[in-house]
Amino acid sequence: MVERYLRQSPLAHLGLDGRAQAVRGESGVAMSEQPFRGIVNLRVQPDDSEAMAALESALGFALPVEPNTTAASATALAFWLGPDEWWIVTPGPEPESGPNMAVTLRTALTDRRGAVTDVSDSRTCIRISGPRARDLLCKGMPLDLHPRVFPSGCCAQSHLAKTGVVLHLIAEDGPTFELYVLRSFAEYLWLWLEDAAREYGLTITSS
Amino acid sequence: MLLIPCPYCGERAESEFSYGGEAHIARPADPEKTSDADWADYLYTRTNTKGVYFERWMHAHGCRRWFNIARHTVSYDILAVYETGAPPPKFDTKSEV
Repeated sequence: MVERYLRQSPLAHLGLDGRAQAVRGESGVAMSEQPFRGIVNLRVQPDDSEAMAALESALGFALPVEPNTTAASATALAFWLGPDEWWIVTPGPEPESGPNMAVTLRTALTDRRGAVTDVSDSRTCIRISGPRARDLLCKGMPLDLHPRVFPSGCCAQSHLAKTGVVLHLIAEDGPTFELYVLRSFAEYLWLWLEDAAREYGLTITSS
Repeated sequence: MLLIPCPYCGERAESEFSYGGEAHIARPADPEKTSDADWADYLYTRTNTKGVYFERWMHAHGCRRWFNIARHTVSYDILAVYETGAPPPKFDTKSEV
């Protein structure tokens, strides 16, 4: 059990909340950290229809089986990561949200073949929005982010500035991206993004 | 840079992948009874084809799955992508496209 007062996001030492501002008209990119999400790694064979049905009733929606897509309810967000691998992300920030989701999924799987692993604290989430958000990401990413190829609701695992990330386009309007980065790379990636976003006019917003 | 069609994630840049060398090289079933020459052959001898080459790749920054590719080593054309364990597709391996 994590003590709340001991809990620190990987970017806490940068004092981002102290630098947060409202987005002004000339700002091309807005960035914020979205810390303390619950992340549960789920492995199950998609052709195991019993397990898939049990997980669907536990989550309230079907796991996405189309590559690079997501599915969501108000309390959970599922990422397709591979043919038999998903992430289930909970909004947090309660420290119990990840472990509770893991218990829910484990209970749904019972003794069927699969694996549920709580990996909440391994990553933090950075939200990037604004009219130049796509240009900013394209500076360090090999993915084709054109809306025709990477529409709203898409997710992809790739690398940004040589760092492994999971990218999610949550809304075409804006556009608004979220990327999940390993805790130990978070500071490096944030500072890289801040530098890369300077030419577009960067606003740091509160989380 | 190669644009590699991952059989699971779709087309991605080469920088997302790790190279795994030549495919379809079987480990000797009983290493204890394998001669040094055969073991060395298993470890080190590769066909180094000029033409269609069957090789393993892993989508390291993506789905982290291994798969096989048939690539022409002269033109760098990727002629086939297939799952690990599947037999290699038939090509005239001497052909120079």
